[in-house]
Amino acid sequence: MAAAAVAEAASEPPQQHQFPLPAVLEYPASTPPYLITQGAEGRLYKSTYLQPDIPCALKYRPPKPWRHPILDQRLTKHRILSEAKVLAKCRRDGLRVPAMYAMDEAAGWMMLEWVHGAPVRVRVNERLGDRKEGIDKDEGLKELMRRIGLAVGKMHKIGIVHGDLTTSNMILSPSAESVTDGQLDGTPGSLEGEIVIIDLGLASYSTTDEDRAVDLYVLERAFTSTHPRAESIFDELLKGYKEAYKQSNLALKRLEDVRMRGRKRSMLG
Amino acid sequence: MALETVTLDHLPASQTVHIAYFRNVRNAAFLHSQLLARNPEFEYGFVDASVIVSRLHLLSAVFRAATTASTNSLITPNVHSEIIVSLSPSNNISEAYRRYGISPSTKDLLVVKISGPDGLSHDDIAKHLSQHVEGDQLPVTDENIAPATDNSKVAKYYKLNGLSWLDAIKDQPKKRKEVETLVVGTLAVRGI
Repeated sequence: MAAAAVAEAASEPPQQHQFPLPAVLEYPASTPPYLITQGAEGRLYKSTYLQPDIPCALKYRPPKPWRHPILDQRLTKHRILSEAKVLAKCRRDGLRVPAMYAMDEAAGWMMLEWVHGAPVRVRVNERLGDRKEGIDKDEGLKELMRRIGLAVGKMHKIGIVHGDLTTSNMILSPSAESVTDGQLDGTPGSLEGEIVIIDLGLASYSTTDEDRAVDLYVLERAFTSTHPRAESIFDELLKGYKEAYKQSNLALKRLEDVRMRGRKRSMLG
Repeated sequence: MALETVTLDHLPASQTVHIAYFRNVRNAAFLHSQLLARNPEFEYGFVDASVIVSRLHLLSAVFRAATTASTNSLITPNVHSEIIVSLSPSNNISEAYRRYGISPSTKDLLVVKISGPDGLSHDDIAKHLSQHVEGDQLPVTDENIAPATDNSKVAKYYKLNGLSWLDAIKDQPKKRKEVETLVVGTLAVRGI
């Protein structure tokens, strides 16, 4: 049945589902679910919410056969609920994250807004191209870094730490006004758009400067290893961060300490 | 006539969703009494349109109720009452009925009927509704729902007061879209 539905879809290439789908995706839909990526804990499908014109991302955490069923159920449920809570909190406080559409924590899935655009990592790499010099004078790129800093600063200000900040977990989403030719995901190399922070599966409520500093440290390490040539402009990000988050000086001071010792505070684990 | 059958993605094919919209309803007290009497012929999701922001808002609650029904985890007597509770951000069932369900003073009414495979046909439902609901029937569109929305009630029930960034949006259609997103998100995370 699923195979027949997949074959009907003209827009996406047909996909044989290698993994069993969650029950909710077995039901008929105008756009059959399409497996986007598989992470350590779950899978991400693209599908539609209620109507053909509302694309959605479905995050599914399948049961883990190696865990005791009761423990498995509890962990899955807990992780989905915690991500949902953080997303709802961010959205209410005006931080741009994917909106929640629906979820079933017992069945292990959540449906989120599909954010058009491309990961910041991709856009930054397109922009860098094979340049080796003049990167620290690229005003457009520096401005993007400040915007990333603003988004991260706002998140820390409302009391959320992300837990896995990388340039892959941010989408550069073109504004509705700029989309004229149906290119919802924007054009390669363009730095126009809004920063949308995604994948808050490891996020938590925290207002300690230690946690914020570790968040920034993880981002710094991820950034300098993903985009080594742009290392020199990371400071621009911290400028944006300071602008969005007034009490940032304590977190930034802490960042110095974290740089000296690494992400883990204790030497255990 | 204007009873619409909607196909929602990711619902079991056995469940068919019908929706209708009546403005200036004159016999809300009668419909309310039929619900209270649990008259099976009047098993509908009767939603007070003043607390509904958009078509997507209503359909999100329908989706949640139908999904809950398909996993046999209803917390109310049937899928129609579950729609009303699905509109609420809290788990308080009687409060949900009072706030989102029909009351004798309801002026504008959204009606949802979910029928099973052996259930009533579109024409049966359309006929029954036009016989028993006294009001002006309109298609269920955002444009038609908007004039009936009581924004202060929506803000109060969905706790949207005091969000300065939301108040700062001056562009009304944009603001409405943001409110819709917040409300749909609130429905999704009910009970946590």
